Amino acid sequence: MPQEKDYELRLYVAGMTPKCLAAFANLKKICEEHLEGRYSIQVIDLLENPKLAQGDQILAIPTLVRKLPEPVRKIIGDLSNTEKVLVGLDLRERV
Amino acid sequence: MEETDVQRELSHRQLAKCPTGIQGLDEITGGGLPRGRPTLVCGGAGCGKTLLSLEFVVRGAVTYGEPGVFMSFEETSEELAKNVASLGFDLADLEKQKLLALEFVYIERSEIEETGEYDLEGLFIRLGHAIDSVGAKRVVLDTVEALFAGFPNELILRSELRRLFRWLKDKGVTTLITGERGEGTLTRHGIEEYVSDAVLLLDHRVVDQIATRRLRFIKYRGSMHGTDEYPFLIDESGFSILPVTSLGLDHEVTSERVSTGIPRLDGMLGGQGYYRGSSLLISGTAGSGKTSLAAYFADAACRRGERCLYLAFEESQNQIIRNMRSISLDLEPWVKQGLLKFHAARSTLYGLEMHLAMIHKLTNDFQPGTVIMDPITNLPIVASHNEVKSVLMRLVDFFKNRQITVLFTNLTHSGELETTTIGVSSLMDTWLLLLSAESNGERNRLFHLLKSRGMAHSNQMREFIITDQGIDLVDVYLGPGGVFTGAARLQQEAQEKAAALAAQEELERRRRVLDRKRRIMEAQVAALQAEISAEEEELQALKDKSKLQQKIAAGERERLALARKADAPEFNEGE
Repeated sequence: MPQEKDYELRLYVAGMTPKCLAAFANLKKICEEHLEGRYSIQVIDLLENPKLAQGDQILAIPTLVRKLPEPVRKIIGDLSNTEKVLVGLDLRERV
Repeated sequence: MEETDVQRELSHRQLAKCPTGIQGLDEITGGGLPRGRPTLVCGGAGCGKTLLSLEFVVRGAVTYGEPGVFMSFEETSEELAKNVASLGFDLADLEKQKLLALEFVYIERSEIEETGEYDLEGLFIRLGHAIDSVGAKRVVLDTVEALFAGFPNELILRSELRRLFRWLKDKGVTTLITGERGEGTLTRHGIEEYVSDAVLLLDHRVVDQIATRRLRFIKYRGSMHGTDEYPFLIDESGFSILPVTSLGLDHEVTSERVSTGIPRLDGMLGGQGYYRGSSLLISGTAGSGKTSLAAYFADAACRRGERCLYLAFEESQNQIIRNMRSISLDLEPWVKQGLLKFHAARSTLYGLEMHLAMIHKLTNDFQPGTVIMDPITNLPIVASHNEVKSVLMRLVDFFKNRQITVLFTNLTHSGELETTTIGVSSLMDTWLLLLSAESNGERNRLFHLLKSRGMAHSNQMREFIITDQGIDLVDVYLGPGGVFTGAARLQQEAQEKAAALAAQEELERRRRVLDRKRRIMEAQVAALQAEISAEEEELQALKDKSKLQQKIAAGERERLALARKADAPEFNEGE
């Protein structure tokens, strides 16, 4: 489990849809609980910057991308299942 | 886009079509794919879905000035560009010109964790952005089904796909969606149910170990379309579908003639040989000399300084060269000079489409003035007769458009001499028929000129002789018993000679008899004359003798009278 490195997270959304708002809220909560002070969140609205979707190969909305630490991980959905998010972020062992 | 009232009315009545620019496809569909609607292209792996769809956008951009978006779920832009560079498509250049947007969508299942509600708005945004960036009228999604591998929630995926196709329709872009063929279904994940306008099935079928590509419209709502399976091929110029009806009959013609390589055959063809750019067929039974005749034509072409492409389907280059040497025809120097090029490949080596592709490629590379295909007989092994016929039709058109004289040889079986196995005779301008006639325990070659369009040609049969000196055509001997060839002809000729000789001898003999008779007669005449003259001489002698006697008698009398001292002269005659 990486300890020293910062968590660089990107949340891709498309406008202020309920799903996107829920995802942001859920992410914020999980990070505060498990990664306090070790993370940064960048929210990218693809409606404003559609070009950015290509770089991280975004299809599903919302998508959370863990840029750091390597390897890159993607978690799609509104992040309502905290356990799955933690597994996806490698904060918890896969069962 | 401005439309006149008539056009608008027509487009109401008839579905607007979006021309694909793909050779043959627009002819089958009567103008192209349904404009502004999605079309599904499905087929097994390696059947050409990606190429077809890519050609659709490239042709649209290049030929019709309609920009396009190619969204690839399988290959990166670089891979795509590399794959189609051999077809002469420069994707990077098209991208630079804002005629094409390539969008590579990468899905890696292992990187994705799913939690809670989501949709595929990202895909919509990317596609929408790509469409807007070039003002696309055409869109390709290759293969959208890859999404099923990346997103386990099929319910979401299906509803999103349905939304996607609806959205594309609303945008008014003509879309091609490719899908891998599944077991018992058109596509693996059944996306055909969302695409209800047109479904095109590509097929790469292996029959008797030979693969042929075929294409069929399963569905084309609201439009007339060909429902048959059409063979197609993929070559360096891209896709080409072979609709049987597509005959470009507008090629230029020339009245220039080219020699057949055999003076007497030239003579039979109006004295000048074949027309340049015409299609020739030599058909004949086995061993009737088709290849020899073809080789002579090749030789004649090279003598004119023309390049000749020899497509040998049954013999190797070396075998042909060796065999032709035996009839004093050396083709090797032409090969060395680069005027003659052999391409030997068994007709079963690959499918018809590959043959066509090879022939196209070779012709474009080598730029021959004459092409020989020897023989076409075995092509039906690799495809059906109809396919071969349509391919040959296309080949003939292809060559005629380039003013290339093409010579086909075809093996026929006795009994069906005047029918070609593939029924291509109607495509041919000049048709030579070689046949071997059997008589008196030997086979001899006969030669007919069945037809030759556009020239006065001989209608006579010739005997076709192949010797170690080459080919010659000789008049056949027409006797009371029919046509005599070979030994029978020689025999007949000998008999005639003998009869003439005998008549001559008889004449001589009679003359001699007459001479002798004359000489005998003359001798007889001489003898008679001699007899007469002898008798005349005798008579004279008698006359002389009697005169002498009279004289003597008169002398005697005188002497007597003298002695008697008579002086009466009257006693002289008395006594």
